[in-house]
Amino acid sequence: MGRSIKKGPYVDANLDGKIVAINDGKSKKGVIKTWSRRSTITPDFVGHTFAVHNGNKFIPVYVTEFMVGHKLGEFAPTRNFRGHSGTKNA
Amino acid sequence: MARIAGIDLPKNKRGEIGLTYIFGIGRSKAQYILNKAGISYDKKVNQWDDDEQNAIRNIINTEFKVEGALRSEVQMSIKRLLDIACYRGLRHRKGLPVRGQRTKTNSRTRKGKRKTVAGKKKAPKK
Repeated sequence: MGRSIKKGPYVDANLDGKIVAINDGKSKKGVIKTWSRRSTITPDFVGHTFAVHNGNKFIPVYVTEFMVGHKLGEFAPTRNFRGHSGTKNA
Repeated sequence: MARIAGIDLPKNKRGEIGLTYIFGIGRSKAQYILNKAGISYDKKVNQWDDDEQNAIRNIINTEFKVEGALRSEVQMSIKRLLDIACYRGLRHRKGLPVRGQRTKTNSRTRKGKRKTVAGKKKAPKK
């Protein structure tokens, strides 16, 4: 089931704060490191680069307008399947 | 002979069923259309007169996206997922189930026919 529209999209408060600060020009632009995979990408995020944690390391994600409405975690895969042993096309 | 939404001509079927031969129209939309056009569900497709056919055509043209337009919309949505490289796009790319189903067994619809792996030993008996 989807999230109730009444509540609006979920964004971690600390992440939202950082974005607002950058967009207001209060802090300088740069890669934003975050563990908040659960945050929804809002239109404010467009054009920023995020380093999204995948449980192991940070995956750089450049946000475009088509990504709005998805979660940050969708762009940083947590599993890395290299193929089974013995199969040629891994 | 009824020819609605381009290429479709189902006949000798009840109207409710005949309309579902159009891509993008299922039972509930078929019933909605017939209700709005004031035609009985049970009337066969080849018994519709011209006025009834035109009424149906009008409703479909104005309210629903069907056939080619709908197919291309679906393709565009999938392409969008592929282009932004999100998790669902990656699953589409690999031809695996997109909505979190198990893949240890089953999911043959997405994966296609079984590909036997050479050299894989069967579990010993006993």
